[in-house]
Amino acid sequence: MSETAVVQQPQGAMPAILPVVRGIIGAALGFALGAGATSLIRIATGHDAWDLELNFVLGYTLAAPGWLLGVGVWQFWGREWLGWKPQEPLLHGWQRYFTFCTDHKVIGVQYLVTFVVLFLLAGAFAMLIRLQLLSPENPVLADGTYNRVMSLHGIIMIAVAVASVVGGFGNYFVPLMIGARDVAFPRLNALTFWLIPPVAVLLLGAQAVGGWDSGWTAYPPLSVRNASGQIFFNMAIITFGLSSILSGLNFLTTVTYLRAPGMSWGKLPVFVWSVICASIIALTFTQFFAAAMLMVTLDRIAGFSFFSASDGGKPILYQHIFWFYSHPAVYIFALPGFGITLEIIAHFSRKPLFAYRWAVGGMLGIVAISGLVWAHHMFVSGMSPWMHGMFLVSTEIISIPTGLVFLSALGTIWMAKIWIRTPMLFALSVVFNFMIGGLTGIFLADVPTDVNLSDTYFVVAHFHYTIVGAEIFALFADIYYWFPKITGKMYDERLGQIHFWIMFIAFNMTFIPMFYPGLHGMNRRIATYTPDLQGINIFISSMAFILGASFLIFIWNMCYSLLRGPVAAADPWRARTLEWRVSSPPPVENFPALPVIHGNPYDYGVPNAPAYAIIAIAGASGEDDPAEGGN
Amino acid sequence: MAVVASREQALAVAAVPRVVPSHNGGGGHHDEPQRPAMNQLGLWLFFVSESFLFASLLVARFYLAGTSRGHVDQMLGLGITAVLLVSSLTAYLSEVSIAQGNRGAFLFYLLLTIVLGVAFAGGVAFEWSTAEFSRSEPYGTAFFTMTGLHASHVISGVAMLGLVYYLGLRGHFSAKDHWGVEAVVKYWHFVDVVWVFFYPALYLIGA
Repeated sequence: MSETAVVQQPQGAMPAILPVVRGIIGAALGFALGAGATSLIRIATGHDAWDLELNFVLGYTLAAPGWLLGVGVWQFWGREWLGWKPQEPLLHGWQRYFTFCTDHKVIGVQYLVTFVVLFLLAGAFAMLIRLQLLSPENPVLADGTYNRVMSLHGIIMIAVAVASVVGGFGNYFVPLMIGARDVAFPRLNALTFWLIPPVAVLLLGAQAVGGWDSGWTAYPPLSVRNASGQIFFNMAIITFGLSSILSGLNFLTTVTYLRAPGMSWGKLPVFVWSVICASIIALTFTQFFAAAMLMVTLDRIAGFSFFSASDGGKPILYQHIFWFYSHPAVYIFALPGFGITLEIIAHFSRKPLFAYRWAVGGMLGIVAISGLVWAHHMFVSGMSPWMHGMFLVSTEIISIPTGLVFLSALGTIWMAKIWIRTPMLFALSVVFNFMIGGLTGIFLADVPTDVNLSDTYFVVAHFHYTIVGAEIFALFADIYYWFPKITGKMYDERLGQIHFWIMFIAFNMTFIPMFYPGLHGMNRRIATYTPDLQGINIFISSMAFILGASFLIFIWNMCYSLLRGPVAAADPWRARTLEWRVSSPPPVENFPALPVIHGNPYDYGVPNAPAYAIIAIAGASGEDDPAEGGN
Repeated sequence: MAVVASREQALAVAAVPRVVPSHNGGGGHHDEPQRPAMNQLGLWLFFVSESFLFASLLVARFYLAGTSRGHVDQMLGLGITAVLLVSSLTAYLSEVSIAQGNRGAFLFYLLLTIVLGVAFAGGVAFEWSTAEFSRSEPYGTAFFTMTGLHASHVISGVAMLGLVYYLGLRGHFSAKDHWGVEAVVKYWHFVDVVWVFFYPALYLIGA
């Protein structure tokens, strides 16, 4: 095998749609088997043949593996379990984007495109929400429909926040940045992506059976009693959690064992560190969300009483288990955002990253404390009062490591000759937005203020500042920063900057005023509000529509540049990290020979700093280090 | 910087067929020096992750029902616990046997492990059928969920042991190359260790 040329011929003219069709057939067979067996047992035990939720859950339990086996797991992996020879995945041609491809760059693009599409879709739902809130008199949606739209917006955006940066850019760039040819478990990596389509289908398909109206948090008792769409949501979360856990496992193993020679832990780019931190959280805490969903499912379909207070169950148990994942999860969103922000700020400030070790320590500190703060979401839940002070303090403490990351960004900008390009604008805006998100968070961490602000639009504004303001802005920084590397084309800088300014201003004009109705008691997740708040809501909605429209510029810029844009240089930003030492887009297996690392990734303008990396084969652009002024 | 030239150069380099013994295709599963270590770490990280799932149920058991306990058959509990602990020993002996190249002993102990695993699952099923408490009361909710989730891991472990047995019968695995055996046996030990925590929490604590 290995002595043959790496460049393989595409395996015949395989229609690109075939793997997906196989997957759908596999899913249908699996579902028929699971749901059919359930019906037989029900008939045998004297019940009706069909119980939507029970049949669906047991059908889906086999449909998901059926989908995976059909889409490529069997062909490229499963045959091995029976001692047969698996086929080699397709590594060339556009078809590979629709197949079970093990190339980390293809998987990165698959994640990225999928989640940008989901982001725009969930953004459209947000537009619907803001349309509704133009007036307190329910102009657009019925109350129940409003809650379903709000729930769908919430969970899709959460999924985007979890997987767009880590799944998309983590997959594409972590192996490149550490000087590896691929991740540790390439087939597992492909599997994590192909778990995503069922998640999207479940969440959207749930609408066919009434959707669910319990938000993305799905608190019982509502989530045990509402429409059957809830059960689709539960299955979607368990599936998505599995994907998240396995990709965390993969990143941790990859970075531990596949760093290039000389790439010590202290020379890792800070983005890689942030993915490590997010992976630790994803690997461990995600199980709690899955456990919570399992419990709700058992309560619904099998008469268990985890959360049924009349049978001795405890609804607050759900909140503990749920937030034990879902608070650390916000660091799965935020940390890669911080990582890429520091990365871009260092490259565009043309200075060494300030206090690299402290920034990395800060991120690890966040991971360490992330599991100790969850109950600050529950100050009004009725949990034992002795927990209030404890969680107030731990929540305040986590701002210390976060502050270290922040100071690293500020110290890097300090006295820098900043090179303003679209990625840098987005990165700087992350610092600004997260400052507002962080400062308003103090009021939600402190019990006396939180008791009044809980479940109001103050909370909505706060977490949009942290998640959209930090991670989604960082996602767009990423997209512009790495667009030339991924596509080999350059985006239009002028349109990029126009997109940035409209998005940045409209975002702040939407969410700064939103603190005000929150302070005046406007409840989140409710389709109406008191009439005196209509003026400010009209303003917020108008700005939200402009925010939404700004993405049209982005879509145009990306599509046009992809098709007609100028050819991008291998290293348009003159950055030191490894991904810029290979062509745009990088070849299969990334490097002609494994790079050897000598210097630090951010030693811009440091006298006598060694080149970051040397790639042995002549012709690769490893030796011409831009920081040494050789250009 | 000669941008276009360097791009073409890099593409040219990439297009030259190369002989890289330690890497292949994008599959990444052939002869890399780090492969055994990566497999080990991957497996252990999976256990770490699973521990969180089991821990969540362990915590839920005490949160829901305190230390109160329904009536369970103590002899049955002790019996299936003993069966599972012994099955870990036989699984270990099976792994050691293939590491020493003794295929006969490897298959014998593997089969014994499978039989013990099935016996354990059967014991749990029997306990379920005779339980005097219902799943709609707090202890019952915890009991059926914990034993159910654990038993599903036992059954998936039996299935994987069965696959390894089938492959072993057909001559797969050797003293040098038996990662498949090692991984499944480690998984079996892990499931066993989970029971070491679940058993006292469900059978021994409280009254």
